[in-house]
Amino acid sequence: MKQPRKLAKWFVLLLLLHGIIAAAGFFAPYDPVEQDRERPYLPPMSIHLMDAHGHFHFRPFFYPLKLREGSFDQYEENTTSAIPLLLFSNASSYHLLGFLPARLHLFGANGARIYLLGSDAYGRDQLSRILYGGQVSLLAGLLGAGVTLLLGALIGMAAGYYGGWRDELLMRIAELFLALPWLYLLFALRAFLPLAVSPFDSFLLVVVVIGMVGWARPARLVRGVVLSVKERDFVRAARGFGASDLYLLRRHILPETAGVILTQATILVPQFVLAEMTLSFLGLGVPEPLSSWGNLLASLQQYNVLVSYWWMYLPALAIVPFFLGYLRLASALQQSTVAYKIDEKDLWNPS
Amino acid sequence: MRKQRSYSRRCVITLSLILACASTIALPTLGSPLPQQTNQKEELLSLPGEVGHSGGRLVVSLRSEPKSLNPLTAADATSREVIGAMQSDLVHINRATQLTEPALAKSWKISPDGLQYTLTLRQGLRFSDGHPLDADDVLFTFRVYLDEAVHATQRDQLIVGGKPITVSKVDAQTLVFQFAKPDGVEERLFDGFAILPRHLLEKPYQEGKLGQIWTTAAQPSEWAGLGPFRLKEYVAGQKLVLERNPYYWKTDSKGNRLPYLDELVFLFVPSADAQVLRFQSGETDIISRLSAENFSVLGRQPRGYSMSDAGPGLEYNFLFFNLNDLGEKSSADLARKQKWFRDVRFRQAISAAVDREAIVRLVYQGRGAPLWGPVTPGNRRWVNSSIPHSPRSLERARSLLKEAGFSWSTASNGESALLDPEGRPIEFSILTSSSNADRTKMATLIQDDLKQLGMHVQVVPLEFRSLIDRVTQTKEYDACLLGLASFDADPTPDLNVWLSSGGTHLWNPSQSHPATPWEAEIDRLMEQQLSTPGYDQRKKLYDRVQEILAENQPMIFLASPDILVGAKNSIANFHHAVLEPYVLWNVEQLYFRNNAETPGR
Repeated sequence: MKQPRKLAKWFVLLLLLHGIIAAAGFFAPYDPVEQDRERPYLPPMSIHLMDAHGHFHFRPFFYPLKLREGSFDQYEENTTSAIPLLLFSNASSYHLLGFLPARLHLFGANGARIYLLGSDAYGRDQLSRILYGGQVSLLAGLLGAGVTLLLGALIGMAAGYYGGWRDELLMRIAELFLALPWLYLLFALRAFLPLAVSPFDSFLLVVVVIGMVGWARPARLVRGVVLSVKERDFVRAARGFGASDLYLLRRHILPETAGVILTQATILVPQFVLAEMTLSFLGLGVPEPLSSWGNLLASLQQYNVLVSYWWMYLPALAIVPFFLGYLRLASALQQSTVAYKIDEKDLWNPS
Repeated sequence: MRKQRSYSRRCVITLSLILACASTIALPTLGSPLPQQTNQKEELLSLPGEVGHSGGRLVVSLRSEPKSLNPLTAADATSREVIGAMQSDLVHINRATQLTEPALAKSWKISPDGLQYTLTLRQGLRFSDGHPLDADDVLFTFRVYLDEAVHATQRDQLIVGGKPITVSKVDAQTLVFQFAKPDGVEERLFDGFAILPRHLLEKPYQEGKLGQIWTTAAQPSEWAGLGPFRLKEYVAGQKLVLERNPYYWKTDSKGNRLPYLDELVFLFVPSADAQVLRFQSGETDIISRLSAENFSVLGRQPRGYSMSDAGPGLEYNFLFFNLNDLGEKSSADLARKQKWFRDVRFRQAISAAVDREAIVRLVYQGRGAPLWGPVTPGNRRWVNSSIPHSPRSLERARSLLKEAGFSWSTASNGESALLDPEGRPIEFSILTSSSNADRTKMATLIQDDLKQLGMHVQVVPLEFRSLIDRVTQTKEYDACLLGLASFDADPTPDLNVWLSSGGTHLWNPSQSHPATPWEAEIDRLMEQQLSTPGYDQRKKLYDRVQEILAENQPMIFLASPDILVGAKNSIANFHHAVLEPYVLWNVEQLYFRNNAETPGR
């Protein structure tokens, strides 16, 4: 009883987090590529309830920041004008989930831009960029994991079920894939592609690449499960009754691998999100001005950003709840499938 | 006399013996009897400035290893910087005043027709190995520079009016340079031509091996120069150590022989950030070629050093389009885009839409100057200040585009897209060097500027070498963002950029004949200024070149960064310059104020 509840808890948490990222347009106050050239590297603003004179306000407000005279990145609060924070405000238009035109934002302000997590080198809102960047990174992770698992399951089942030289061949290929220096191959691959790749194409490229790289490990795991399942009595019995290979695989063997595949999925998604971040960090992901968690962190390659603007690290923190969620889900899943297995065994061995 | 001569012969024998085992220690002590032998008065150059005391070791970091120590073949900035501290020229350009000064030649005379230069050498000059210098060394030097088989990088500069200059010796101290046509640069020509030791290089030259010697693997005994420092040790991948040249021909105002420093060490530090960290920790004494970001990081909490901003240098950054005539080789896609690029109104519109102030503020943190022409405000003598500094104007850009037949359509998502006269959307990509964060940043800003005109621009950061390959060889690109920096303020070093036949005429290099009337006019003006004596006349001609460039916008000039440097407070006589080398140009005068405090460490 305890395991399923734990499972559900993490699942709901992840669903919520993904929902926020999917509806980035609503949660983000601004367009992520909009530049505010007067405010580069603006530190995160603070929300006040108490004004400069010590008066309490029920509506949260903030003071706009202005550049200190003669400086490039030193700001001071302009305490003469308090700007109230507006909830559910109408501002710039966006497409919710990519197709629903909308103008409603969770929060916003009139008269000045609000930067809850600061701004980057071009004065773009860091919060909006993190939310929109999550769409790219998470989608790449999810799609990549989907491609990988599909390939892994198909190849693993084929190898495990048919055995013999097919098994040998497929598993040697899998080992080859595990041994290849992927990052360098990727650089080489990029050199062959046309110079200017559209953002959508480069996103697809990233998904295909990380999907192609990862299939070997799940394929080996699935093969292992299939190898043991195909010798089990109920499979033999079904085969004795004249069931076809396809039927056996679909009806009896695939369901047995579900536990492994699900657990692999929850492990692979965060892994692939990280892979996308690595690629983008190295400049192989989606191009500017679009954001992804990887290229948001790429600015940290510069020493001066590293030591001067701490809020540029925040995209790295964004992935923490996701990773935690996925890994907890994975362990809960593993425990519950193990428990389920024991139950099954008890059924067959009533002693 | 006779006695002395036999002594000197014996001396040479012992010298060569000792050279084989321990050259660096042997040289100064053995060199001392030589001056008495020639019995010549030494004509040293006395420099004004703070009088210091000798000793100490200065450590400087270099971004890359010098490719060669051979002044004939060295082309990269790092090699030039290192060689600059080891070699001397006949006439030198003072990097601070940007004017010429006597160097190895104590005086020069130009004939009224501008065809004959008579140079008089200082007396008693010696190479760093103690060997005396005379007019034959200079004759040899220019013979070598002019020899096509040597492939000297600066050979072009010695071809004036289509003919190589001829050099002849009048006596041991006097030389005559004969020109086919007057040369507008006049005596500035001699800057950078290191005088070579004939006694060491004659043999390799005869054997045709001049290109292979004086590599970074050269031994100190094989090497001699006339600069303030001489070769001591080269550790590949780590450092180059130079030591004081005891025969250097300059003194301070009190008559003490320069340089003050005992050693000059160049550390090879591969990245700009690593250079900053080394300087911050006190491992290096001077830092130059700083980005504005790193400059502000260093300036925040200076520990025993101070930072200074020398103002805009000579580097100009620009955006240019592929205007090459590719004929049948061209892809249909590029040919269509070139139709826009060739329209001067299109280029003018882009220039009007670019926010140069934002580039200076966001990329250079305000430490730079916006540009409307190729000559930066740092080049005070040559900048044409009458070129209009038109502020950013999207209206002007739009009206120029409309005039050229472009129109706008409103897409489904509410954004307007620019269409060409044939109704196709304007899309192109801008190449930038992936190793240069500043230029990538500029391209990102321009991308956003042009989006407001409805153009769809992609920024493509590319590794520098493949970028240059695309621009000059395969010519497969739409637009490119680059920067150039000339090493002299004079327009002549930039000849290769502005002449339509030049290899660095980036938008359409190495043309057989000028593709457009305005390129033909620039060719004519540049050739004319080259052979016109007198600054005023040449300035008029070059001003016109700048006007044509600003009008036709083959390059959309963007901004010029300030020269940013830093030095330890204990270093005296430190002056920055906007000409290369920005900091070590007066290295012979640098000294450490407080010698008790172990300098440089």
